[in-house]
Amino acid sequence: MKIAVVAIQGNIEEHITTAEKALKEMGLPGEVIPVRHSGTIPLCDAIILPGGESTTLGRLMAREGIDGEIKEAATAGKPIMGTCAGLVLLAKDGGEQAQRTGQHLLGLMDINVDRNAFGGQRESFEVPLEVSILDSPYNAVFIRAPVITRVKSGVDVLATFEEHIVAVKQGNVLALAFHPELTEDFRIHRHFFGLVQ
Amino acid sequence: MELEKLRHGTELLKRGFAKMQKGGVIMDVTTPEEAHIAEDAGAVAVMALHMVPSDIRKTGGVARMADPQIVAEIIDSVTIPVMAKARIGHFVEAEILESLGADMIDESEVLTPADVKYHIDKRNFTIPFVCGARDLGEALRRIHEGAAMIRTKGEAGTGDVAEAVRHMRQINEQIGRLKGLDLQDMERVAREIEAPIELVLETAGMQRLPVVNFAAGGIATPADAALMMKLGCDGIFVGSGIFKAGKPTIMASAIVEAVNNFDRPEVLAEISKGLGEQMKGISFSSIPKEEILQTRGW
Repeated sequence: MKIAVVAIQGNIEEHITTAEKALKEMGLPGEVIPVRHSGTIPLCDAIILPGGESTTLGRLMAREGIDGEIKEAATAGKPIMGTCAGLVLLAKDGGEQAQRTGQHLLGLMDINVDRNAFGGQRESFEVPLEVSILDSPYNAVFIRAPVITRVKSGVDVLATFEEHIVAVKQGNVLALAFHPELTEDFRIHRHFFGLVQ
Repeated sequence: MELEKLRHGTELLKRGFAKMQKGGVIMDVTTPEEAHIAEDAGAVAVMALHMVPSDIRKTGGVARMADPQIVAEIIDSVTIPVMAKARIGHFVEAEILESLGADMIDESEVLTPADVKYHIDKRNFTIPFVCGARDLGEALRRIHEGAAMIRTKGEAGTGDVAEAVRHMRQINEQIGRLKGLDLQDMERVAREIEAPIELVLETAGMQRLPVVNFAAGGIATPADAALMMKLGCDGIFVGSGIFKAGKPTIMASAIVEAVNNFDRPEVLAEISKGLGEQMKGISFSSIPKEEILQTRGW
């Protein structure tokens, strides 16, 4: 199994390490590949879009031509997971902030998002969160996190926090407002790798 | 949801925020207009200050925190994180910046130090701090005080990258030398570099600083930025290099692209073409001793 981690900017090493540990825990042979340029994503079975700054990530993905490759992978049904900024990039509608900055979005999910919905870093938080695909709460780390303000039919809501939707799944695409790569709990990564055919 | 389980300002959140900046460029800005240029160019964050380091150097006098009015305007004008500088030891400036909603504070030697004995106790804050360092001991002392991110001091406002290179190499070499030492030797090193033994052990095990480590101080061109990435830093701060260049918009984009293509010389060559006038700069060796900024702090 080949897992691509889009490695343009953000929390890349942590995603790679977490993915490797999760694969090991599942006893799956696999390779986790950091991707900074075009040409690698078509060879991979699943794609992770890390957190970082979504404005920056979107611009550089377009410049590098990675955005088109991810869209093709999604059409082919390959599992994709976006966390935090990655969630914003997966949305069809990035909200007012994204419009103002002319943000490049992949638009793979029928969701509307609102960036920095809780405020700045002072308002960042961690909290035990009920996630429908897990049997006990998950310590969710929200850093200048976005929320999902609207979902269309076909999108499953996996978790909410104070009425905000913070995790969703549509087909094989998974989006989280928090950072599963910052904890030592690999259950979300394990669920994601379980989607790979 | 039980609210007592909701936690703000934890070490995980502070260090996590810094990790989101990795592979990015953080640009010094003095107005909302400059902040927009930085954001459009793909900066991961901006550093709000009242004048860029090269102007601080020229102007002389006491350099302080930026006008809160300007910091607030910059916060309102961009979607990327906004950082701001406080004087070394000036915890009230830091409290003011936190109350304004700044996302991170740079306790910076570029400003005139306010305390000759103590750096800010950064553990008391909800938002994270970045601090400058010239060697491993200094970096670990700052981390011990609660810094969630380290940057090389370099020599700010010069456009001369040599000091940033010196500091990055120094830290890398010291970390490399920890490899394979037994506990007694680790304790000896900890005493020598005046750093807590726990952090020395953690650094030795990770073979890197336990927090994100950026390069700063004198980076003026895409090639400078790529050089620092090659030396193993996690990202770049650019101060005077952008808005003291002839074409700031083009220079800003070029440095962002250089960081993402630091290992591809042919791409760097393209990026570096026709950037116009670069920051004039001043070589480190020509600066009188009393005007050197990096020796502030300890």
